[in-house]
Amino acid sequence: MSTTTTPPPKADPTPPQDERIGQHARLAGILRRPEVGAAVAALIIFLYFSFTTSAFAQPAGASTWIFTASSFAIMAVAVALLMIGGEFDLSAGVMTGFTGLVTGVMMTHWGVNVWIAIVVSLAAALAIGFLNGLMVMKTGLPSFIVTLGTFFVLRGVDLAVTKLIINQVSVVNFKEATGYDAGAQLFGSYVKIDLSWLPWADPGRGTLTIYSATFWALAVVIIATWVLQRTRVGNWIFAVGGAQTSARQVGVPVFATKVGLFMTTAFAGWLVGMLSLFKTTTAQSTTGVGQEFVYIICAVVGGCLLTGGYGSAVGAALGALIYGMVGQGIVYAGWDSDWLYTFLGVMLLGAVLVNNWVKSRAEAVR
Amino acid sequence: MSQTNSSGGQTVETGTGDTATLPPPGTSIIEVTDIGKSYGSVIALRDVTTTVKAGEVTCVLGDNGAGKSTFIKILAGAHGHTSGTFVVDGGERHFSSPREALALGIATVYQDLAVVPLMPVWRNFFLGSEMTKGAGPVRRLDVAKMKQISKAELAAMGIDLRDVDQPIGTLSGGERQCVAIARAVYFGARVLILDEPTAALGVRQSGVVLKYIAKARDRGLGVIFITHNPHHAYPVGDRFMILRRGRSMGNFPKAEMTLDELVQMMAGGTELEALSHELAREMPDSDIAKSMEEEVETLGVAAEPVRSEGGKHA
Repeated sequence: MSTTTTPPPKADPTPPQDERIGQHARLAGILRRPEVGAAVAALIIFLYFSFTTSAFAQPAGASTWIFTASSFAIMAVAVALLMIGGEFDLSAGVMTGFTGLVTGVMMTHWGVNVWIAIVVSLAAALAIGFLNGLMVMKTGLPSFIVTLGTFFVLRGVDLAVTKLIINQVSVVNFKEATGYDAGAQLFGSYVKIDLSWLPWADPGRGTLTIYSATFWALAVVIIATWVLQRTRVGNWIFAVGGAQTSARQVGVPVFATKVGLFMTTAFAGWLVGMLSLFKTTTAQSTTGVGQEFVYIICAVVGGCLLTGGYGSAVGAALGALIYGMVGQGIVYAGWDSDWLYTFLGVMLLGAVLVNNWVKSRAEAVR
Repeated sequence: MSQTNSSGGQTVETGTGDTATLPPPGTSIIEVTDIGKSYGSVIALRDVTTTVKAGEVTCVLGDNGAGKSTFIKILAGAHGHTSGTFVVDGGERHFSSPREALALGIATVYQDLAVVPLMPVWRNFFLGSEMTKGAGPVRRLDVAKMKQISKAELAAMGIDLRDVDQPIGTLSGGERQCVAIARAVYFGARVLILDEPTAALGVRQSGVVLKYIAKARDRGLGVIFITHNPHHAYPVGDRFMILRRGRSMGNFPKAEMTLDELVQMMAGGTELEALSHELAREMPDSDIAKSMEEEVETLGVAAEPVRSEGGKHA
């Protein structure tokens, strides 16, 4: 390896690499990426449960955690963008329940057309996201407090208004609602892949089911990564989270960027709300409550700094993958499923320590 | 955006080629007359008059709380003025956002340099004015070009970075200052507002920054140099405007002022003397009292013989 020279950059008229940057610097550069820690952790966890439980690596068994990881990945990526932008959204979890209830009640109780019901909940979600952003930017209060308020407001609305309208706390018989099938095409469908040829696949457990949530999640991760790394908006997101005053001084539209981020999180909440509604065919008034912290943990495990300005979308998705794998792996291993929370706590603390170390290295003045 | 000359020579003139838009040296770019700013009943600044000409350095001097920040915020468009007139290129203006000032070529390098420490140098260099290629959904950052230009522009300013991908927080204070100045110059600044660029720097680094101020001036930019240090201002300044307690103490061309007069005016003559006496009384052995007394003496602040009970030399 030491004798080979670097291959010349293709036909690009880019200047040659500075000779002071050695080969090892590139490897170090890869290791410094925010998502590397999460990728390693995900691999270890996958291998651990694959070898210690019989069901985890079976295609049929994997279907479950892939679905969970996918819907959490959508939220975690959106929350990660918001955190890179320097804000939190504690109403993100309850938003998934809120949007599901809006669409569910409209369709089952009032017989509203499925697409109208979907668009109305989207509009409601975006409006709440806009309001979150507006309040944070206009009052200058920490988003933690503002969205905590939104969280409780929505939580109350989810219960009280739902009871007021349909006299119960969850939407039932959703599958019988007119238009369910059309909506399910988009949000509740799945493909079955026969993987029984895999050497470790047991007979009868060789079919992998991929729900549409996974495709949505992949799309969200790809778009978010593209936006973050390769667009002006991505540059602005890093800047408003890293140093808001500086960003404003050089002409970055801080208000629009931040409000846009809150609306993106609300959009993701709506998307997950729809995916969950059409897959499970029910919406509870308590859906999503408590999950807002899981999203934040996924983002932090994926390398996002709690203070903003640093992180990655792929990392957040890997954080969600870890969450999905551990949640299901614990069940397959026959442990008490409540150990998941303990595990989350340990992961969070570990990740925060690693991230802070990375940050202090990056900021160290020579 | 004009193509840069990346030959990396010693002169900064290899920059953008945007100098074509600069007016001939000596032309007034900014003229403020009796400008003022009040926040409700608090008057932060009043009756300030000065001019900024192409190819000249206008120094704004003042102690902490003298109104320097308010003044530059008006010029930079961060705050609107509440009285007086603010003329740019012969037309009266009232800025409501920094973007309007930037559009007229008035660029500000703030004390905190407006950089984002965790972001790479090249992303900081182009922040807010990113170069893109492609259109519609594939419109994307032109990363290679931005890296190349930022490296070349910094080299032209005398900073040779190994890697423009390193976070800007890893650079030294002077280097970061120069990145900020190079950025403003590259983006076609005609007027460069420098907010206390030497405040946090050591002697050597301050000298480097003063050199860049002179370079920018020689390229035909109008420079507004805000500082509280007359020794930094005098060598590069062409015009001095002194602020004290939100008021202008006058606006003098260099020909009408010596360094000593500037220091004296800036420190507030008799106030400095009174302070020196007080210090000598309270702490007769302290170094600061002694040095201040010397300063007062050398400046001849105390022209009248008031050296009475306070004149004890420890």
